[in-house]
Amino acid sequence: MKQAGARIVLECLKREGVDLIFGLPGGAVLPIYDALYDFEGLRHVLVRQEAAAGHAAEGYARATGKVGVCLVTSGPACTNLVTALQDAMMDSIPIVAFTGQVPTHLIGNDAFQEADNVGITRSATKHNFLVKDGKDLGPIIREAFHIALTGRPGPVHVDLPKDILVKETELVWPEKVVMRSYNPNYDGHPGQIKRAARSLVRARKPVLYVGGGVISADAHAELRELAELTQIPVTTTLMGLGAFPSEHPLSLEMLGMHGTYYANMAVHHSDVLVSVGARFDDRVTGRVDAFAPHAEIIHIDIDPSSISKNIKVDVPIVGDCRRVLRSLIDAVKQEKDDGGGREARRAWHAQIAEWKAAQPLRYEWSDDVIKPQYVIQELSNLTRGEALVVTGVGQHQMWAAQYYKFKHPRAWFTSGGLGTMGYGLPTAMGVQAAHPGRLVVNVDGDGSFAMNSQELATCFTEHLPVKTVIINNSGHGMVRQWQRIIYKERYCAIDLPGIPDWVRLAEAYGCVGLRATKPSEVVPAIEKMLSTPAPVVLDVVVDKDECVFPMVPAGGANTDMILAPPSRETRERAEKSQTGF
Amino acid sequence: MSANGSEPRKHTIAVLVENKFGVLSRVAGLFSARGYNIESLSVGETLDPSVSRMTLVVSGDEFVIEQVMKQLHKLIDVIKVNDLTDDSHVERELVLVRVNAEPQHRAEILRVGDIFRAKVVDVTPVSYVLEATGDEGKIDAMLELLRPMGIQEVVRTGKVAISRGPKTRVKRAPEVRRPRVSDDPRVVGFAD
Repeated sequence: MKQAGARIVLECLKREGVDLIFGLPGGAVLPIYDALYDFEGLRHVLVRQEAAAGHAAEGYARATGKVGVCLVTSGPACTNLVTALQDAMMDSIPIVAFTGQVPTHLIGNDAFQEADNVGITRSATKHNFLVKDGKDLGPIIREAFHIALTGRPGPVHVDLPKDILVKETELVWPEKVVMRSYNPNYDGHPGQIKRAARSLVRARKPVLYVGGGVISADAHAELRELAELTQIPVTTTLMGLGAFPSEHPLSLEMLGMHGTYYANMAVHHSDVLVSVGARFDDRVTGRVDAFAPHAEIIHIDIDPSSISKNIKVDVPIVGDCRRVLRSLIDAVKQEKDDGGGREARRAWHAQIAEWKAAQPLRYEWSDDVIKPQYVIQELSNLTRGEALVVTGVGQHQMWAAQYYKFKHPRAWFTSGGLGTMGYGLPTAMGVQAAHPGRLVVNVDGDGSFAMNSQELATCFTEHLPVKTVIINNSGHGMVRQWQRIIYKERYCAIDLPGIPDWVRLAEAYGCVGLRATKPSEVVPAIEKMLSTPAPVVLDVVVDKDECVFPMVPAGGANTDMILAPPSRETRERAEKSQTGF
Repeated sequence: MSANGSEPRKHTIAVLVENKFGVLSRVAGLFSARGYNIESLSVGETLDPSVSRMTLVVSGDEFVIEQVMKQLHKLIDVIKVNDLTDDSHVERELVLVRVNAEPQHRAEILRVGDIFRAKVVDVTPVSYVLEATGDEGKIDAMLELLRPMGIQEVVRTGKVAISRGPKTRVKRAPEVRRPRVSDDPRVVGFAD
C-alpha cells in the first residue's frame, strides 16, 4: 500500500515503540503534522522553543532508557535545536531528532527557512541522515534508532525534505539492522578482565570512579555488588550521581572540581583506580599529570576513543559496563587474596573515615539569609531522596549535586558535558511526561531558569506539574564566584537585579508562584510546593555571596582544593595554578 | 601534546568508508574539530562501488595518531582504519607540472623528465606539461631540478598507498559478523 512519506515516518516511529514526541510545527514539516492529526497512538507535546523539544527528549530518554524523539521544522528550528543535540552528544543521551527541510529541488537554493541542516548538525550528533528518497525512510529511521541506543548512546538527526514527506511510496521496513561499518563491542576482553580482577584483589588503596555510563548501561546493581564484594569505596562523577547510593558507607560522593574533599583525596592516594563508564573529563581530573599519580588505572568504557584520551590507561576494557562488571565480579571471586590485602584495606577505610570527619561538606548557617545548601538539604529530606531531580547549570547545580542524597539511578538529570544553561525546565518536562505520576523537581538558578522559562506555558497546557525551585541569588553566581576568587573581585556582567518577579511570571503562565526570603520560610514553602498538584515555581531568595566549596581552580591539581571562602593567599595560589579556562 | 614522549612523525592511514553522501566532510570535519594536522587526503572508489578508500597523511606523535585512528573508526560510515606506516606498503603520488620551455631549455627538460620516467603530455611553443608518479622524495627531487627552467604550475594528487599484504580488503557480504578479537585500544579495525 502506498502512503505519504509523512505517514510512513509516523508509522516507523510507532514500530520503534515511540509513544511520545516533543515538537514544534512549521512549514517544512506541515505534512507530518497533517498526518499526526488523525494518527493514533502518538502523543505530541507542543513546546515553545525548539531547543526545549531536544532537552525534553533528553529528559525522557534518561528517565526511561528508551530513545527520546523530537520533531521540528527546517532552518531556524534546526539551528535552535543544535544546542540540545550537542548536549546529548556530550552526555551520551540517546535521542532521534527529526527536522524538516525544503523540498529536494530547492536544497542549496537559499530557499525560505533553508539551512544546511545536516552540515550544521554533523559534529553535534553521533550520526545524521538526509533522506533523499521515500523508500529510504524506513531503513534510515530504523538505523537512526539503532545507532542512537547502541554502543555509546548519542543523538541522531534525520533531515526530511518536504517533497519526500508528501510523495506516496511503499513503506520499506527491514526486520534487522545490519551495518558492516558499525558493530559496537559489548563483551570485555577476558584476559584484560582477569588482569583487572587480579589488581583489584591485591590493591591496598583502591577506588571505583563511576560515571554516567553505569546509568546508561543499567549497571548500578552490578556496581554495588562489586563494591560490596571487594569493599572498594565508590566516587561518582556529576553524570554518575545515583549510580551508587550517596549514603552508602562505601560512598565518597562526587569527585572533581566541586567534589568532596574525601573523594579527591582518596583518588589522589589510590593505588588502583577503576573507572567505569566515565571519561576523565577535565572537570574531574584537574591537572592531568597530578591526577591519581600513584594509581594503576583500569578503564571500562564502551567507547574505545575514551580510553587513553586524557589519561594513560594501564588496563583498557572496551565493553558494556554491565556485562564487564558482571564478568569482573566472577573473575574477582576466582582470585585468591594474598592475605595482606584485607589488613591494608582496613587501614584504607580508616584513612578515608578520617578525611570524611576532617572535611565534610559544610556551610555556615545564618538566621537572617537563606543559605542555598540548606534549601537543597531540606528538599532532599522532605522528598526522602525519592524525587526525580533536574537542574540548570551553575552554582545551584553543584549544590544540588553535593547536598541531595541520591538513592536511585535515572533520578538525576543535569547537563554535565556541555553545561547548557536553560537545560532544567524543558528536561524536567520530558522527565515528567515519561513518569506522569512521579515528583519531578527542577532545581534551577535565576540566570539559568530565565533561558527557558517560556516552557512554563508548555507545563501548564500539557499538564506537566514540574516543581521548579529557583535558587535566586540575583546574578550569575558561578561567574561571580570565579570573579571573586580568581579575578580579584572585578565583578563584571553578573547582576540580574531582582527581575522578573518569578512569582508573578509563574502566575502569568497559569502556574503557581511561591516565595521564601527567610530561613524559617524554606520548609513550609517546599511543603506547600510539594503538595500543590500544578506546576509550581518556588522563588528562594538566597545569600548572593555564597560560593561552592570545595573548589579546584581550573587547571589546578585536585589536591589544591579550596575548602572555604578564600583568604588573600589562597586567592593568589588559585591565580598561579590557573592555567585552564 | 606528547604523552608518551614519542616524536611526531608522518603516518599514512588507509580508511575504508561507505560511499555515501557527506562521508568526506565527516572525515574532514573530524580533523578540523579535533585539531589534527592533515597533510594530504585522496579518495577514490574501490572494487566494490559501495566502498570508497581514503588515503590520509597525518602527522603526530603516537598518542595523537592513536586518537586519530580511534576517532576515525568511531565515525559511523567508516568501515576500517589501517595505519600503513610501519607495515610493508607501496606509496605513490602523481604530479602534473607545466614548465617554461624556452628553446635553449627544451632538451634539458626532456632529459630531466627521462631520468624520472616522466611523460610529456602536452606541448605548446612556450611550455611542456610533464606527468610523473613516484613517492614524495622522487617528486620533490624532480621539481627541484625543473625549478631553474621556470615552473608555471604544479598539481599534485596527494599520496595514495597500498599495503603489500592482504590487510585492507573488505568482504562484500556484510551479514557476516566478525568476532571482535581484541580490546587493545590501538586495534580499531580488523584484518580479514
